[in-house]
Amino acid sequence: MQLTNRSKQVSNKEMTMAEKMYLPSIVQGLAITIKHFFMKKPTIQYPEVKRYLGPVFRGHHVLKRDEQGRERCTACGLCAVACPAEAISMVAAERKKGEENLYREEKYAAVYEINMLRCIFCGLCEEACPKQAVYLRHDRMVPVFLERDDIVYGKDKLVERLDDRYVRMNSEVKATPTEPSLTKAAT
Amino acid sequence: MDLTVLLVKGLIILVIFGITLLIATYSTYAERKVAAFLQDRLGPNRAGPFGLLQPIADAGKMFFKEDFIPAQASKWLFILGPCLAMLTALMSSAVIPFGDSIRLAWDGTNYDIPMQAIEINIGVLYIFGVVSLGVYGIMVGGWASNNKFSLLGAIRAASQNISYEIALGLSLIAILMMTGSLSLRAIVNEQATFFEWNVFTQPLGFIIFLTCAFAECNRTPFDLPECETELVGGYHTEYSSMKLGFYLFAEYINMFVSSAFISSLYFGGYHYPFMNAVHDGLTGSLGEIAGHNIATAIGTVVFFAKIFFFIFFFMWVRWTIPRFRYDQLMNLGWKSLIPLSILNVVVTGAGLLYDIKYTTWLIVVVMVVLALTSNARAPKSQAAPQRA
Ligand code: SF4
Ligand code: SF4
Repeated sequence: MQLTNRSKQVSNKEMTMAEKMYLPSIVQGLAITIKHFFMKKPTIQYPEVKRYLGPVFRGHHVLKRDEQGRERCTACGLCAVACPAEAISMVAAERKKGEENLYREEKYAAVYEINMLRCIFCGLCEEACPKQAVYLRHDRMVPVFLERDDIVYGKDKLVERLDDRYVRMNSEVKATPTEPSLTKAAT
Repeated sequence: MDLTVLLVKGLIILVIFGITLLIATYSTYAERKVAAFLQDRLGPNRAGPFGLLQPIADAGKMFFKEDFIPAQASKWLFILGPCLAMLTALMSSAVIPFGDSIRLAWDGTNYDIPMQAIEINIGVLYIFGVVSLGVYGIMVGGWASNNKFSLLGAIRAASQNISYEIALGLSLIAILMMTGSLSLRAIVNEQATFFEWNVFTQPLGFIIFLTCAFAECNRTPFDLPECETELVGGYHTEYSSMKLGFYLFAEYINMFVSSAFISSLYFGGYHYPFMNAVHDGLTGSLGEIAGHNIATAIGTVVFFAKIFFFIFFFMWVRWTIPRFRYDQLMNLGWKSLIPLSILNVVVTGAGLLYDIKYTTWLIVVVMVVLALTSNARAPKSQAAPQRA
């Protein structure tokens, strides 16, 4: 099997005089490297310039709201079960009268925490969720921690802000079509 | 007047000392930058603009590391090693002529003070002596570490330096024969016209000298004493903190000194084409003293340009060629370079007998012809058989 057309048969033959002088091949090598010296560098200056990582990048978690701005999560715990790193924990609560505009289901997560030191960003929580509630944003990373208290992300950091709705801009990566209401505008 | 000379000399020595250290410092930065650029990267660019403060950050890191001395090491020799390496590296720049001369007027007479720390008539010999002392730094350090890898690295360094010093000296003898002097300034002044630069009269000698200089500086492709794949860190395996820094720093100073040495031996030092015309023009328009000093300054700048080119060349080669195997290194030194340099001496001598300077081109031509014919005669490599 040949993987590339640049592979060379290695041989152990006697070197010719020119090869024994080393100089011709050294000059050749120097020519190659100096060409690279003047080439455009492909480096991306990371913190200043950020590369688009594609629509499937798994970054910062977000707890979605639906079209009317209600939290989707019903605290079923399936994400916590699916999580291989056991990073998710939650406390369920029952929706009271008058809170229908806050929570979509009758049961909701009063506390929802993800330990970002444990999380391996596998995205299994996103796959497990039956309510399309938890997503890993493709456009934002979890920032570097500077304090111990910053490690566990609570609902304040996870729930989607109404003025900053998350839309996964890719027609190919569609949300699982279990909910007909999932239009692009809403998700 | 004596006091003035002393002051000016002292100033020159201090300036050369400072410049040597500065250049060595920034060589570490340049090395990383050059390496990066040759490998399509950007290199350090975070500390200061373009990463220019990187050497300071590196030095700071070195200073704050724990200075560890192994229990089994022989303590004083262990400390002496890097000191020796640094000392010998710094000493050798003393005799290099960095420029023509500074002209001072005093009591109506003009005094010319050469741009050189000390002008001695055995400058070449002095450099040789000091450079061969340099191996003691490595040897002592490697031995005192009481570590097999360090010792092996040190032995490699010693044998390599000894082998290549012979070829180095022999290739130089041809130049000494042509100049008739051991003084570096005399050798530089000999090359006043462009086509009498020793690189044109001694092409073979230049290549041998350059190769040996690489070996003497322990630079790739001859960096076997510190070959990581075989010897951990070589002779400085046990060193940490600023002692290690001294070893690494000494290497860069050596590189600077050899670049200066090569440019003054083979590339005319502070000479450049149409130098006399420039000198005459400047003294004509600006007066005897100012004109002369500015002409000197231009020569010095040219000299440093040559040095920087060679430092770059050292790095360029380092990031191009892989390391030699040890037997290849010894074969190359003893079986190729030494016979060739002896031949070079003989042919140069024969040429001088008839006052022809360019006789060594004969050897070059013969070698090129041999190489070409050998290539033509070599069995053509068949296309690699395709395996199914
Ligand atoms: S991305 Fe993976 S590891 Fe992180 S919370 Fe979700 S399931 Fe757990
Ligand atoms: S995020 Fe989804 S899977 Fe997790 S508890 Fe809420 S509804 Fe269940």
